[in-house]
Amino acid sequence: MLADLLLVLWTLIKILAIVLPLVIAVAMFVYWERKVLGWMHVRMGPNQVGPLGLLQAFADVVKLLIKEIVVPTNASRFLFFLAPMLALVPALAAWAVIPFGDGVVLSNANAGILYLLAMTSLGVYGIIIAGWASNSRYAMLGAMRSAAQVVSYELAMGLALVCVLVLAGSLNLSDIVRAQQGGLLHWFWLPLLPMVVVYFVSGVAETNRAPFDVAEGESEIVAGFHVEYSGAAFALFFLAEYANMILVSFLTPIFFFGGWMSPFPAGWGAIGDGSFFWLLAKAFLVSFLFLWFRASFPRYRYDQIMRLGWKVFIPIALLWVLVAGCLKYFHIVTPGA
Amino acid sequence: MEEIRNYTMNFGPQHPAAHGVLRLILEMDGEVVMRADPHIGLLHRGTEKLAESKPFNQSIGYMDRLDYVSMMCNEHAYVRAVEKLVGIEAPQRAQYIRTLFDEITRILNHLMWIGSNALDLGAMAVFLYAFREREELMDCYEGVSGARMHATYYRPGGVYRDLPERMPNYHASPWHKGADLKRLNQWRQGSMLDFLDAFSEDFPRKVDEYEELLTNNRIWKQRTVGIGVVSPEQARAWGMSGPMLRGSGIAWDLRKKQPYAAYADVDFDIPVGANGDCYDRYLVRVAEMRQSNRIIRQCVDWLRRNPGPVMLESHKIIPPHRAEMKNDMEALIHHFKLFTEGYSVPEGEVYSAVEAPKGEFGVYMISDGANKPFRVKLRAPGFVHLSSMDEIVRGHMLADVVAMIGTYDVVFGEIDR
Repeated sequence: MLADLLLVLWTLIKILAIVLPLVIAVAMFVYWERKVLGWMHVRMGPNQVGPLGLLQAFADVVKLLIKEIVVPTNASRFLFFLAPMLALVPALAAWAVIPFGDGVVLSNANAGILYLLAMTSLGVYGIIIAGWASNSRYAMLGAMRSAAQVVSYELAMGLALVCVLVLAGSLNLSDIVRAQQGGLLHWFWLPLLPMVVVYFVSGVAETNRAPFDVAEGESEIVAGFHVEYSGAAFALFFLAEYANMILVSFLTPIFFFGGWMSPFPAGWGAIGDGSFFWLLAKAFLVSFLFLWFRASFPRYRYDQIMRLGWKVFIPIALLWVLVAGCLKYFHIVTPGA
Repeated sequence: MEEIRNYTMNFGPQHPAAHGVLRLILEMDGEVVMRADPHIGLLHRGTEKLAESKPFNQSIGYMDRLDYVSMMCNEHAYVRAVEKLVGIEAPQRAQYIRTLFDEITRILNHLMWIGSNALDLGAMAVFLYAFREREELMDCYEGVSGARMHATYYRPGGVYRDLPERMPNYHASPWHKGADLKRLNQWRQGSMLDFLDAFSEDFPRKVDEYEELLTNNRIWKQRTVGIGVVSPEQARAWGMSGPMLRGSGIAWDLRKKQPYAAYADVDFDIPVGANGDCYDRYLVRVAEMRQSNRIIRQCVDWLRRNPGPVMLESHKIIPPHRAEMKNDMEALIHHFKLFTEGYSVPEGEVYSAVEAPKGEFGVYMISDGANKPFRVKLRAPGFVHLSSMDEIVRGHMLADVVAMIGTYDVVFGEIDR
């Protein structure tokens, strides 16, 4: 009995140890995003609140939390408040299976990829419900766009992951990383190069980020599904979007770039050893791409996104499943060697 | 069975892509626009009526506020109308200064347009890059008139003053410091002509920078090629002008067809499009920026070599210099009469048009011989273009409506007047 209680307590502590840094990471990432955009746009970015503007994100959080949540008169109140939570919970829950280092994982689930796909797909319900519950045409359009987009890119993303699990021979994320042992050239990016692109671009589309941000499309449908949200409810959507973005930034190295492993040979001492910091560094580089895209690309039109997903990515991914199968069958790529 | 109906969406007037106060009632079938009904009038200030109750010179400032991104071109049309009625012609140096500033204005307008159109389609960076250059040219406006936008610089009979001998420099501030400050001030060591020389030398590279981000960008092309196609027949039928017309392949430009100011003496080309879609209009406008830059360089060169008066000396229309007033009774009387009553203009009617950045901006004016116009009618290109909205965007998607509003280059100051 006591042992059970302790286990629950210990798990709670572990959850907190993931969620709290994640929330702070979101805040810092927002700051970093605004800074990077500023530099790319010949302007300064936030520089007033705190030293170098570092506290800007926290000031924004405080502002959002004390703002009134305006509920539109004809909105469906229950669903209106349910939606942001439905968006946030899967975004956070997905982190349970992320291996931060060798053996450092909250839940070493064997069906890790399935769980991840399930969680990331659930997030779209929050968006659809938000769009419907707001009873606004802008929100509705945003929700429809988002639903169609996420469903299509889920397929391409899933197929890219099928390639990974064919090569790794496991659905467990830690095992997938271990299967990439042996240095830079053994990581999966090399045999699965087109899938890296498909996976990452699908990830950008999944998270509704530029240039696939039609669900928000501020110059078309103003803010899309969350146009009626303010204050804390909006903050939850915001948190979910950024948590998802950081999640994709972590998953890309885990699936394709050797997770926590070092790009240098094992003989090089400390920098040759795998550690959490390698994963963090890789995730940071990937997340920078999100910002770079946002700073420079125009936005796709809704139907063009569909075309890219269905007519380009899914065929490529299907083909590469076959290629990955062959690579594995003929022992051209042997995991963990 | 219940009938399936299209739904209407209220797009604007509070909308980030409405470019001010455009209100569109869109009838939508899902994402596809079945009918677009533009509602205007939310920025109506009665400029035409106001002009009837003021001496001629006092309305020049209102013209700035029509199309508030191409200020001096509006002034030019109005001032030329008055000049035509009175029967005077500005000195040649003034004509060159007007040409120079018309082209500066064209670049200002097109920079604003390229930035906001890109922003409408989701590309943020171009907007801020374009505003960096706009800032430099705004300094020229400020240099000659003291105002960054609403200059009131052109007057019947010339321009208010000659170009300044020195450009103001930037002081060090948290926003301008170090190498940036040094570069800003490096251009501003000499006269305004030196500054414009340095600017126009550098500007083509800046245009390359914008093009780098857009012209061959696949997403940009997907969003603009084949979108909002205006056939040459449609363009003519709707009375379009400016880049809207030239994008459809009709080489009509008042600067060439009915030269005014010093346009007959400068060398430039009229860029035309082929397909009349948003992409062609984008290319036309970018090419126009390069042509304007060319004209600016020629004007700078001419103005350097040819000093002279920039205002007529006929004091029945043009106020005398302030210094003269102190010693000369005649000058004092002229000054008093011109600033209380204004000047009377012979009876008659006149239409004067200039090639404003957005198209043909015209002023139709009737004078009954009084010190105020009897009637002023302004022909705003944006109004004409916007009226074709429904026909052009029908069957396009919502996101294309935004692209189309961008490519119309609407500014509500002139549409609502």
